[in-house]
Amino acid sequence: MAILSGAQITMEVLVKEGVEHIFGYPGGAIMPIYDAMLDYNIHHVLTRHEQGAAHAADGYARASGKVGVAMATSGPGATNLVTGIATAMLDSSPIVCITGQVPSQVIGTDAFQETDVTGVTLPITKHNYLVTEIEELADTLREAFYIARSGRKGPVLVDIAKDVQNEKIEFEWIDKPVKLPGYRPDMSADQKTFQEAADLINNSERPIILAGQGVIASGAMTELLKFVERTKIPLSMTLLGLGGFPASHPLNLGMMGMHGEAWVNTAIQEADLLLAFGMRFDDRVTGNLANYAKHAKKIHIEIDPTEVDKNVKVDVAIVGDLREMLEKLTPYTNEGNREEWISAIEAHRGDSAVRDIKHMPDMGHLYAAHVIHDIWRLTDGDALVVTDVGQHQMWETQYYHHDTPRSLVTSGGLGTMGFALPAAMGAKLSCPDKEVWVICGDGGFQMTAAELTTLAQENIDLNVAIINNGYLGMVRQWQEFFYDGRYSATPMLSPDFVKLAEAHHATGIQVSQREDVETAVRKAQTTPGAVVIDFVVEQEDSVYPMVATGADLDDMIRRPKPEIEW
Amino acid sequence: MIHTIIAYVEDKPGVLNRVASLFRRRGFNIESLAVGHTNMAGISRMTIMVNAEEENLAKRIEANLYKLVNVLRVDDLTHKSPVSRELALIKVNADSKTRSEIVQIADIFRANIVDTASQTLILEISGSAEKITRLLQMLEPFKIVEVQRTGVIAIQRGDDQDSSDPPIFETQ
Ligand SMILES: Cc1ncc(C[n+]2csc(CCOP(=O)(O)OP(=O)(O)O)c2C)c(N)n1
Ligand SMILES: [Mg+2]
Repeated sequence: MAILSGAQITMEVLVKEGVEHIFGYPGGAIMPIYDAMLDYNIHHVLTRHEQGAAHAADGYARASGKVGVAMATSGPGATNLVTGIATAMLDSSPIVCITGQVPSQVIGTDAFQETDVTGVTLPITKHNYLVTEIEELADTLREAFYIARSGRKGPVLVDIAKDVQNEKIEFEWIDKPVKLPGYRPDMSADQKTFQEAADLINNSERPIILAGQGVIASGAMTELLKFVERTKIPLSMTLLGLGGFPASHPLNLGMMGMHGEAWVNTAIQEADLLLAFGMRFDDRVTGNLANYAKHAKKIHIEIDPTEVDKNVKVDVAIVGDLREMLEKLTPYTNEGNREEWISAIEAHRGDSAVRDIKHMPDMGHLYAAHVIHDIWRLTDGDALVVTDVGQHQMWETQYYHHDTPRSLVTSGGLGTMGFALPAAMGAKLSCPDKEVWVICGDGGFQMTAAELTTLAQENIDLNVAIINNGYLGMVRQWQEFFYDGRYSATPMLSPDFVKLAEAHHATGIQVSQREDVETAVRKAQTTPGAVVIDFVVEQEDSVYPMVATGADLDDMIRRPKPEIEW
Repeated sequence: MIHTIIAYVEDKPGVLNRVASLFRRRGFNIESLAVGHTNMAGISRMTIMVNAEEENLAKRIEANLYKLVNVLRVDDLTHKSPVSRELALIKVNADSKTRSEIVQIADIFRANIVDTASQTLILEISGSAEKITRLLQMLEPFKIVEVQRTGVIAIQRGDDQDSSDPPIFETQ
């Protein structure tokens, strides 16, 4: 048995939990841990802002399925993590945040850089801890990792008082299961429920699967494929579900929701059965609840019982891990043939293709659609894409087709601008062999652009495509559609992105012609380090189709059909 | 409809805050909340009276409580005809003219007089929340000076022990 300090114990647990990278930023209240870190084989990435550290840990987690770790000092360090923690919370991403806290003797006295961090993060963590006793430190950290990665995953924060980091005790790692009597992440439905669900499935004529992030989180890709191929039920995906089922599969209809494909939203409204797999009926995918899939019975397979009947009342709920539940459910279902229903859905596709900007003559303009389509083409659809939030994010879903899980990392639930660049950094570190592309807006990029230097310091190789439309485009679009085109605070001046890239030790390229896209993308692919391409695109293009807030799901604003036939 | 929800929670700092924060965040309406130690070391018991019009909402509240790591067990006693009690201390104005009338009312409600002073009386009453509310109404004309109610506590009737199944200590 060795005598270890709290700081050393912290590092010991991180090593045992398999942590390879810590994303963080030091400061007074966490200095003992930073000091101990030097003696351990864990790599620390110094982000330029703690928000970046939280997003990087999140990106690491989403790309790999492993728990990401962020670290910060007390007070401002910890509060800077908040946006990143909330982002991870809403998208159920497993991260552990470790923050330093003022010494336990002065907690509650407004000591220098004291903030009630467990109080601040209580509603945006799956669970959090304040550690003031060294005896509890190791178990608490292990519980944090266990809670973060089990059940419905999510962020856990451990706030460690500085005196605990310094104190020394005899410590021995004992490999024992975590003891959390009030925590039951594994639930399972009974046989009867599977039979009920199967009866609905077997008797349905117009069923559709709504596949969410649960597919990826539970690793249910194979089980889902088996289920679909057996029942021949067409499938649609939520934003976070993309990649959980191959985009190229003939039964994959595409994304649903506010900017989902028109034929998908129409199919959902016409369906007689919805099979919601690991998704939570967010308002962005249902539209007006009162008229949502009115003719459909609903089956909900979901790991979190609090999601059942929250937004949409369902006929059969199966609470449990999606992979296991699908494995159990599939044998109850009949082999299906739903050609009539599928061809009815397919009929709607033709109309959409005509309206597709990608197919229209560009008249010398550069559209985001072209850029993203070309990136998809030139990366063989095999890149790990990390997007920011806004129009470019939605265009990414329309023009980059994801065939594999964890190949798209995006902030869905919270819609956090500034997410992409730091998240991509974490994603790249977890998948060093992947080609990583950031697709972001001119607005969002500026929120966390300082992380470019972190990439340089860490020799991280990734490419950034800025879809530069000179506006906070998504807000501009809403202003165009719903506020009489009054552009309040959406036109945005940007820095010279090429110079900005160069100042951050990265390579900068500007592209404004469609014919130059390929050369630039190729150059980025062969240039080491970070490459930033400033794609100067059409300024006032909009994302279509669009379901306005509160409108019915199939009441979509469509891109006008081109005047001229060609 | 008012639901009587029992939550067994770990006796740790911040647990009450977590429960309260959950109700606030999700917009669940707490009518009353009472909390105290149990006969089991390290475990407290909460009785939460909550207004849930739909049965489905009560289920969701239960599920949300379960999701808190420090909550060990949740029971909705609403349809199990629990014994429910609330305690109240009521300080009411009483002069020589009104004193005997107040004592009579207290008698009818089986309330105890626990303090007398020249201008006031303190009544102690336990019973259902409705009974206490009715007593307060009766005392209103005499001018109530101060009231403290504890919030309802409840326990299931009969030999069924609501803490037995599933066991509170269920470890993975
Ligand atoms: C941190 C944050 N602030 C504000 C918003 C609201 N918002 C959503 S999209 C958007 C515009 C994004 O502009 P840009 O990054 O240029 O991307 P574009 O929509 O033009 O592709 C804004 C301001 C947000 N999602 N996140
Ligand atoms: Mg923009």
